[in-house]
Amino acid sequence: MACSAAGKIIHPPSINSARSAQKPHSSHKIISPSAFLGFTSQPDKLFPVSRTISSTGRRSATVMAVSSDVVKEKKLKNAPSSAPNLLITKEEGLELYEDMILGRAFEDMCAQMYYRGKMFGFVHLYNGQEAVSTGFIKLLKKEDCVVSTYRDHVHALSKGVSARAVMSELFGKTTGCCRGQGGSMHMFSKEHNMLGGFAFIGEGIPVATGAAFTSKYKREVLKEDCDEVTLAFFGDGTCNNGQFFECLNMATLWKLPIVFVVENNLWAIGMSHLRSTSDPQIWKKGPAFGMPGVHVDGMDVLKVREVAKEAIGRARRGEGPTLVECETYRFRGHSLADPDELRDPAEKAHYATRDPITALKKYMTENNLASESELKGIEKKIDEVVEDAVEFGDKSPVPARSQLLENVFADPRGFGIGPDGKYRCEDPKFTEGTAQV
Amino acid sequence: MEEMERDPRVCVMGEDVGHYGGSYKVTKDLAKIFGDLRVLDTPIAENSFTGMAVGAAMTGLRPVVEGMNMGFLLLAFNQISDNCGMLHYTSGGQFTIPTVIRGPGGVGRQLGAEHSQRLESYFQSIPGIQMVACSTPYNAKGLMKAAIRSENPVVLFEHVLLYNLKERIPDEEYVLSLEEAEMVRPGEHVTILTYSRMRYHVMQAAKTLVNKGYDPEVIDIRSLKPFDLYTIGNSVKKTHRVLIVEECMRTGGIGASLTAAINENFHDYLDAPIVCLSSQDVPTPYAGTLEEWTVVQPPQIVTAVEQLCQ
Repeated sequence: MACSAAGKIIHPPSINSARSAQKPHSSHKIISPSAFLGFTSQPDKLFPVSRTISSTGRRSATVMAVSSDVVKEKKLKNAPSSAPNLLITKEEGLELYEDMILGRAFEDMCAQMYYRGKMFGFVHLYNGQEAVSTGFIKLLKKEDCVVSTYRDHVHALSKGVSARAVMSELFGKTTGCCRGQGGSMHMFSKEHNMLGGFAFIGEGIPVATGAAFTSKYKREVLKEDCDEVTLAFFGDGTCNNGQFFECLNMATLWKLPIVFVVENNLWAIGMSHLRSTSDPQIWKKGPAFGMPGVHVDGMDVLKVREVAKEAIGRARRGEGPTLVECETYRFRGHSLADPDELRDPAEKAHYATRDPITALKKYMTENNLASESELKGIEKKIDEVVEDAVEFGDKSPVPARSQLLENVFADPRGFGIGPDGKYRCEDPKFTEGTAQV
Repeated sequence: MEEMERDPRVCVMGEDVGHYGGSYKVTKDLAKIFGDLRVLDTPIAENSFTGMAVGAAMTGLRPVVEGMNMGFLLLAFNQISDNCGMLHYTSGGQFTIPTVIRGPGGVGRQLGAEHSQRLESYFQSIPGIQMVACSTPYNAKGLMKAAIRSENPVVLFEHVLLYNLKERIPDEEYVLSLEEAEMVRPGEHVTILTYSRMRYHVMQAAKTLVNKGYDPEVIDIRSLKPFDLYTIGNSVKKTHRVLIVEECMRTGGIGASLTAAINENFHDYLDAPIVCLSSQDVPTPYAGTLEEWTVVQPPQIVTAVEQLCQ
């Protein structure tokens, strides 16, 4: 129930009166109550957030400890059988687990396929960051939109695009979600409202802002019943880019239903976040524009999910945007072409112990939400799904030449009128892909 | 405005388009009628609000983006090229981007280099967009309506000095074709291809030429990308001589592309090499005299035709 999440973010004891077992935490560990509510009910009190946060270092325990304390506290204070006090139900837990395993297995398979010469170019894998994608996207409806970056395979999968469609796209086959025309960095799906997949960082944030604008427009101009929300995912490097700031401004200005999710994995390619950013605490940049900024441990899917619920809820209710900084880590290099020599092995080892999948597995088994065998069953099922996706990709045809000129324009008359007076697209060679345009 | 009434998904975005009515008053009073959300005054963030228009277009709206001055759209090049132009293709045809990007450009009256840019040459290589240039009130309205109704992203180039033109236009609704050129003055001796403001310089030169006994055929190409090779071709086949008069820079301009296209397709019909008169490859100077010498003037056009027809 949402109350348990509220317990960490807003800690007035009265909210938890129904749960005598819960005690508010010592205040220094909690983000100020105004983190969320302050912005909805008291728009003037924008600055209290930055003042009450005590953390100065980029990863001080005070800020990070929030969600896990709540989780642990529940474990200690509640009898193992009191399931209602847990953060998730069994079904939800299994769904989250399956989604994260799918993300991990898929990306591992991508690496294999790349080194076997089945896919080419730039491939950016998401290993280690699954908690962010699963934590957020599994709370969305089909009509909600997701905008991502080049590290988009798992966002597409979480949003519902089939593993087959994504794998085929990576193989460059015509059965891929973008007919083989997009590739690893451009995963689009109209059906699932996955709005891409962008190669330049920051490029997708305005697009996400536009999708959120449409949602508001539908409500206010077209008078439709619309509470669709858009999520924009991007990295720490993007937070130094102009488009990021321009969109934070516009989103707050027009109270757009959007959540800006920063996947801060501390590294751009070889540029450490600390070396490139004057103030590395990205969540602080939200209040500077008038929106709440929240920092969450992105290696814990339950914590991410709780924060996501609040942020998405805010957007749906029309209360405006939120900036969520998820501290996370990518276990692999920036892309499959990156030798990953700069990162300290000790840092990698530290984050490996915080693997989100292992953490969720532990939570579920210790709270008797699922048995080891059930989870193993899921892993096996996903292995089959991924194998099937590879097989499907292998068997699918490569695009025919006729596909070359299609889709450049929605209206192919855009290719103009040829010397013979007919539109170029009427030339029979056009569909063969050999027409001169 | 007709288009906004006709389709509630059409909206306008840009700096000062709403309450101010647009820097050249193109969107005057629209905000009063349609409201602040349909005629959106944006902050000064071209790249982001153009990207916002792309996102809105992908999710069902039909935005018209105004660049306060076309030159400002250089800041939106990322979004215009990568997203407007390419997303339909990279998404495998799933998403359409029915945006119109418009604004005043061209050399004005001593506006200085940065406010006097001609972006058509910079944008012409972007795959997936169409470019049109209007030159009269009649074709401005027709092309604007066509651009809004088109499913393709269209960049509509207006000219700073042409906003004060007055013309009688039909009361009935009309929409022009985005891909067709306009026959301004049929003739026999030489084909003069032009667009936007240079059309007026050409017509002025044409008066002189007619007095001297020449019969120029003047075509306003209107569609800068793609070229209407049918109208152009028919003219070349008739006159066998081509003069291109444009306001673009010489290097890499629309004229350069047009010269290549005509040579490629109609080489056999030419009796003389194509002559292309373009602006000088200089940043537009502030001083009036220098500015005048930067762009093509009617006497130069007359001389060029005389030389071509020898």
